[in-house]
Amino acid sequence: MADEVTLLDFWPSPFGMRVRIALAEKGIKYEYKDEDLRNKSPLLLKMNPVHKKIPVLVHNGKPICESLIAVQYIDEVWSDRSPLLPSDPYQRAQARFWADFVDKKIYDAGRKVWTTKGEEQEAGKKEFLDALKLLEEQLGDKPYFGGDNIGYVDVSLVPFYSWFKAYETFGNINIEKECPKFIAWAKRCLQKESVSKSLPDQNKVFDFIVEMRKKFGLE
Amino acid sequence: MENNNEVVLLDLWASMFGMRVRIALAEKGIKYEYIEQDIWNKSDLLLQMNPVQKKVPVLIHKGKPICESLIAVQYIDEVWNDRSPLLPSDPYAKSQARFWADYVDKKIYDLAKKVWARKGEEQEAGKKEFIEALQLLEAELGDKPFFGGDKFGFVDISLVTFYSWFYAVETIGNFSIESECPKFISWAKRCLQKESVSSTLPNSERVYEFLLDAKKRLGIE
Repeated sequence: MADEVTLLDFWPSPFGMRVRIALAEKGIKYEYKDEDLRNKSPLLLKMNPVHKKIPVLVHNGKPICESLIAVQYIDEVWSDRSPLLPSDPYQRAQARFWADFVDKKIYDAGRKVWTTKGEEQEAGKKEFLDALKLLEEQLGDKPYFGGDNIGYVDVSLVPFYSWFKAYETFGNINIEKECPKFIAWAKRCLQKESVSKSLPDQNKVFDFIVEMRKKFGLE
Repeated sequence: MENNNEVVLLDLWASMFGMRVRIALAEKGIKYEYIEQDIWNKSDLLLQMNPVQKKVPVLIHKGKPICESLIAVQYIDEVWNDRSPLLPSDPYAKSQARFWADYVDKKIYDLAKKVWARKGEEQEAGKKEFIEALQLLEAELGDKPFFGGDKFGFVDISLVTFYSWFYAVETIGNFSIESECPKFISWAKRCLQKESVSSTLPNSERVYEFLLDAKKRLGIE
């Protein structure tokens, strides 16, 4: 019985990248569909009527929405290889906590960095860098958040690295200088094919953000 | 006494997030030590156990903290997995339960807050959005007795705790939730027939007084 897996996504979305990495880690073949978010397809609206957002993982016709929920689903269905979550319940709770922290902090703080100015932007920059530093502490001496191999937290976080050129340019910050361990970790993740094939080039994302800023009247 | 110290809950009696953990512990029949927190004057223990978010609830098991209520509920379900399962075993059903609990987390608190913290047009918009969210949940419930189906489960736990705040939200917002969402109310009352829920949810009028006091402290009119 062949599994039918489709991913409704948008190429610069860090949330979509999480699902791409998970599918690649498990070696799952799937159909990738890029959505035009200004003109959402009937399929997307049918598969995610509540939030109308990407990514949506569709497995044998049934949708799983919200990137971290989809990653956990992938880990549980294809449980015979490359585990993403730890097997110990306490470690699992900690992995969920830090992925939730990434969800609560990184996107919104990062968004302030490229969409705002003045005091609001300064506050966003501080929040963003403080969050990265806290994550560096959490990583400690481990090669990955998952230990010897990439895991749930790595998958939830590394996609934002593809947005770093945009954050650095518009925020006028040097992330490598402030958080060298973070950059070293991100580059280590990128040595894995599942990650390097799932993340777009930083320059491509940068050009996309330049276009977005024009649309928001930010230039 | 030794067994009680193995599981500790740092909580605030009025917190709908803390109530989730209390219900889960009760469903599993787990004895624990409850330590009431003063959120206006946070204890060293709380700040030590949740240095990142500095919030309640914090579940402490054998000295190790688990923060974020839905993460704690899942932890409880996984550790005490020999009784009263809270999440479905099927991965797809589990993903749907997580989706709806996440929906509750993303919507219900903030929309209720729009009703109790704002006035005028903003409050009216908040009331409308809040009711719409509850109606979406009613549609998801359908004809099932619980969101979990025949059995009370993860989504029910994540949501029913807000019921204890309804009186406060209705009074401040001057509207009736039951008239707009009768199915929701009958579902909540069905949940309250379970001892784990009825022994956890506080008195609604007490919650209303708590909220009035919180508004004063936060400088909200």
